[in-house]
Amino acid sequence: MIMNNTKKTTGKVSGIIANLVIVQVEGPVAQNEICYISHDGTDLMAEVIKIIGNKAYTQVFESTRGLKIGSPAIFEGHMLEATLGPGILSSVYDGLMHDLHEMTGIFLKPGEYTRALDPEKIWDFKPLAKGGDQVIAADWLGEVIENSIPHRIMVPFVFEGRYTIKSIVPRGLHKIYDTIAVLTDESGKDHPVTMVQYWPVKQAIKAYKEKPRPFKLFQTGVRTMDTLNPMAEGGTGFIPGPFGSGKTVLQHALSRQAEADIVIVAACGERANEVVELFVEFPQLEDPRTGRKLIERTTIIANTSNMPVAAREASVYTAMTIAEYYRSMGLKILLLADSTSRWAQALREMSNRMEELPGPDAFPMDLPAIISNFYSRAGYVYLNNNQTGSITFIGTVSPAGGNLKEPVTESTKKVARAFYALSQQRADSKRYPAIDPIESYSKYLEYPEVQESLRNTIADDWVDKVMLVKNIMIRGREASEQINILGDDSVPLDYHLTFWKSEVIDSIILQQDAFDKIDFNTPMTRQKYMLDKVINIYETNFDFDSFEDVNPYFKRIINQLKQMNYSEFQSEQFKHFENELYKIIEERKLKK
Amino acid sequence: MSPLAFQKIYTHISNITKATCTLKASGVGNEELALVHGRLSQVVKIIDNEVTLQVFGGTEGIPSNAEVIFYNRPPTLKVSDDLAGRFFNAYGQPIDGGPEVEGEERPIGGPSVNPVRRRQPSELIATGIAGIDLNNTLVTGQKIPFFADPDQPFNQVMAMVALRAEADKIILGGMGLTNDDYLYYKNVFENAGALDRIISFVNTTEDPPVERLLVPDMALTAAEYFAVDKNEKVLVLLTDMTLYADALSIVSNRMDQIPSKDSMPGSLYSDLAKIYEKAVQFPSGGSITIIAVTTLSGGDITHAIPDNTGYITEGQLFLRRDTDIGKVIVDPFRSLSRLKQLVIGKKTREDHPQVMNTAVRLYADAANAKTKLENGFDLTDYDQRALDFAREYSEYLLAIDVNIDIDKMLDTGWELFARHFNQAEVGIKQELVDKYWPVK
Repeated sequence: MIMNNTKKTTGKVSGIIANLVIVQVEGPVAQNEICYISHDGTDLMAEVIKIIGNKAYTQVFESTRGLKIGSPAIFEGHMLEATLGPGILSSVYDGLMHDLHEMTGIFLKPGEYTRALDPEKIWDFKPLAKGGDQVIAADWLGEVIENSIPHRIMVPFVFEGRYTIKSIVPRGLHKIYDTIAVLTDESGKDHPVTMVQYWPVKQAIKAYKEKPRPFKLFQTGVRTMDTLNPMAEGGTGFIPGPFGSGKTVLQHALSRQAEADIVIVAACGERANEVVELFVEFPQLEDPRTGRKLIERTTIIANTSNMPVAAREASVYTAMTIAEYYRSMGLKILLLADSTSRWAQALREMSNRMEELPGPDAFPMDLPAIISNFYSRAGYVYLNNNQTGSITFIGTVSPAGGNLKEPVTESTKKVARAFYALSQQRADSKRYPAIDPIESYSKYLEYPEVQESLRNTIADDWVDKVMLVKNIMIRGREASEQINILGDDSVPLDYHLTFWKSEVIDSIILQQDAFDKIDFNTPMTRQKYMLDKVINIYETNFDFDSFEDVNPYFKRIINQLKQMNYSEFQSEQFKHFENELYKIIEERKLKK
Repeated sequence: MSPLAFQKIYTHISNITKATCTLKASGVGNEELALVHGRLSQVVKIIDNEVTLQVFGGTEGIPSNAEVIFYNRPPTLKVSDDLAGRFFNAYGQPIDGGPEVEGEERPIGGPSVNPVRRRQPSELIATGIAGIDLNNTLVTGQKIPFFADPDQPFNQVMAMVALRAEADKIILGGMGLTNDDYLYYKNVFENAGALDRIISFVNTTEDPPVERLLVPDMALTAAEYFAVDKNEKVLVLLTDMTLYADALSIVSNRMDQIPSKDSMPGSLYSDLAKIYEKAVQFPSGGSITIIAVTTLSGGDITHAIPDNTGYITEGQLFLRRDTDIGKVIVDPFRSLSRLKQLVIGKKTREDHPQVMNTAVRLYADAANAKTKLENGFDLTDYDQRALDFAREYSEYLLAIDVNIDIDKMLDTGWELFARHFNQAEVGIKQELVDKYWPVK
C-alpha cells in the first residue's frame, strides 16, 4: 500500500505531555502511521501526527499514566485501518474498531485490543463471479448472508488496475481468513483474496462509477422531517441544538425508524448511558420493514465522552469507512454521528497540545476543510456493476452556549444540505421534536429531481402543499407576534384565526410523541392523509363573533386530531375521532 | 504518605512558576506523585530528562535547592469499609482527628467502565420533592447537577435529597466549600444519624485551590470501591463543580495553554466528562449516582462551565424563588431529567408521563398569561384559570418543601386539572382521562 517497509521502524519515547508522546525514531516514519508504545508489558496504540527531524509526535489512544522516557516504540508501516469483512453487523466497537464485547472485565484496560471480526465463525460462501472474469477493485466476487443481509465479498479496495480471476472456490462453508479466490494482476502475479480486507479510515473509498445528486426521499417516520424538510437518500443533514433540546431522542428515533438496510451509529464523545439504551432496546425492537430485530442491521461505534479523546477523533472515520464498505455492496446505509462537535473538540485538544496557532474559538484553522471533507464521503452512488448504494449522513452538532455562530456549526452549515435547527423555546414548551419549522430547511426540496420523485411517489401537488404549510407557519408566527405586541382585542379577529390554524399544523404535524407506541413513527401514506386533513381545516372559513371563542374552539379541534394521531391508522377508534372532528368543524363552518 | 528510605533525592530545581517546578530527573513516570519541599505535586510533562511538576499547594517559598522526592506511583486512596463515617482532605488524609484508614491502595482517576458492561439505569430514586420526582425523576446511575446562583439554597436541597434517597453510602466531594457549608453538611448528616454511611472529601476555601482537582477522583475511587466490590448503591455529591473548573483553568493558564471559550482549557469537556461518566449502574446491582452543583453567574447557562456540563450530564435541576407563593421551587421549564423516561409510566403509574407534560404545558400557558398581564392586556377566562392553576401547582407540587409519594403527586395533578380546566383543554389521551379524571 503506502509504505511497504519490510523492516519496522523502531524508536524510544523522549517526551510526554498528557497523551501527546514524542518518539525519537531510528528510521523512516510516515505521517498518520500507527505505532505501539510499550509500557509495563502492554502496548499502547498511537498515531503519528507530526514529524520534526527524527522526532515523531504521536497521539496515544490511551491514558499515558506511568509512561517513562526511553520506553520502546514500534511503527507498523500502515495508517489507522478498519478491518472489513462479514461479522461487523450487530457488533459494538470502540473508536479504533476493537470489539467491546470481547474485552474482559468491567473496566477498559489500556492496551487491551480485541479483534474486530470472529476468525472462527463459519460462513456459507456463494460465488458471484467465475474463473476468467476480469475484475477491478470493489467488484463482487461472492456473498455470504450476514443477519439476512447479503454481504458481498469484494475485490479489495486497495487493488489497483485490472485483475483476472484465476480461481474461485465453489459454494461452501468458509472462515473469513480462508482464501476464497486467487486474482492475477496485469503483470501476471497472483494475489490470494480472503473475505477480509483493510482500509485506512481517513481516506474515502472511491471504488464506484458515479455519484449523482440525491434524487429521492429518505423516509424517517418523523413528520416534521419527512413532510416539511425531507432528507434525500444519500443526502447530508445536521441537527444543531443546545443541550436538552432533544437531539439524542431524535437521533434514536431516526436509527429505529429510517428506511435503511443498515444503520451505523457513531456515538462520539457522548453519554455512555445513551449508548446503553441502544444496546438494551435494539435487540428487542423490530424493524417494521423486515420484522427482524433492529440490532441485526445496526453497528455501534461507541467512543463515549470518558473514553480516550484521540480515539474519539478516529471513531467517526471508522464509522464512515464501515458505511462505505457496505455501500459498495449495493446497500442503503444511514450513518448517524452524535456528536460532531465532540469530534471537533478532540481535534482542538490535540492542536492545542501541539502548540499550533489557533483559529476561531481555539479550534484548528483547517476545521472547515476537515468537516467538509468528511461530509463529502456520504452520497448516492452507481457502482461499477450499475447497482446502487447510498450513505445518508446525519450528524448532530452541540453548539457551545446554543450559539449557532460558532465554528463547528458554521462549517457544517456550508456543507450539509439539510438543516434541522432545534429550538430551545420549543423544547422549553415541550413541543417535541423541537425542530424549528421556520429556521430549518432542506435544500433537497429545491432539487427538481427530488420534487419530481415526490410528485411521482406521493401526490402531484405534494410539493405545493408543503410550501403552503411552510407559509402558514410563517404567517402564524407573524400573527402571534402581532397579538403579543398589540393585545388580544386590538388585532383583527383574522389574526387569531391565522395563528390558531398554524397551531393546528404545529400540534398535529410538527409535534410527535416519540414515546407513544403509535405516534412515534408515521408512514408516508398517513403523513399525507393528516396533512390533507389540516390543510382542509386551514382552507375552511369559520364563523366567529369574538376572539374569545377562537382559542377554546381550536383547542377542541386539536384535541380530536391528537387523539387520531394516538390511534391506529384507519381503525374504528381513529374513525370515531375523525367523525367527532367533522362535527366540531360543522359547528362553525361558514355556510356559503 | 511518607516516601521510602532508599529513594533518590533531587536538590536542583531549574524553573519555578506560580504552580509548577521543573527539574532534571530520570526514570520518572507520567502523572507520578512527588514531594517538593514537603508539598505534594504531580508530574504533568516530561521532555527528555526535564520533568515538570504541578505543585498542588502552590510554589510560594520553594527554593531552587528544595528537596524533591518521587513516589513512583500516581495519587492513590486506601480503600476499605473503614472509610465510612470519616472526613478526609483532598489527598485522602483524615481531617477528623481519627486514625489513617488501612486498606488496599488504589490509584485514583482509574479507567472507564466498558460501555457494554453497563446496565441501563432503571431504579427510581424517590426524594418526595414533586418538582423532582414528578417532573424530573432521578434514576440510579444518573448524573445530574443543580444549576444555581450562589445565593440559592442548593446545599440544603442537596443534603435533603441525599438523606431521603435510599443510598447505602453517601460520598461528599466538597470543593472550595466554605467552612460554614462544610459544618452545615456535617451537622445535617450527624443529626440525621446517618454519619456511618457518609464519607467526605473536603477542600475548603482555606485550602489551596489546585488541590480541589483531586477531590472528585478521590470521592469516585471510594464510590467505585463500594459500588463494585460491595455492590452498594452509592450517591456522590459534588459541590461546587464550577470551582473545580476554575482550578482547571488556573493550571492550564500556568502551563501556558491556549484558552478556549471563557478562558477555560480546551479540554474542559473531556475533563468534566471523565468525572461525571463515573456515574454508572453495574449489572451486579451496585451503582454510582452523581448529584453535583454548578454555580452560575447571574443565571448564565451559556458560560463554558454550565454549557459543557449540560452536554455531559443527564439533565439539570434549576431552583427558582416563586414570588407568588414565596417559596423556592424546582423550575419546571428549565429543569430536565433525561433518564426519567426509563422509569416514568413503567416503575410509576401509567398516567405519569402525560400528567407531567400536561401540567407543564398548562403552567406555560399561565406564564404567557402573566406576560400579557404585565403588558397591560386583558386576560381571557382561560388565562385567568391558567393563572389560578399555576399558583396551586407551584404551592402543592413544585415547592421544595413538598414531601409526598408519587401516586399522591399524580392524584394532586388530576385534582388541579379538574378544578381549573375541562377535559378538552387538558388534552390527555382519552383512556387515561376516563380512568383518572376525578368525579365530583
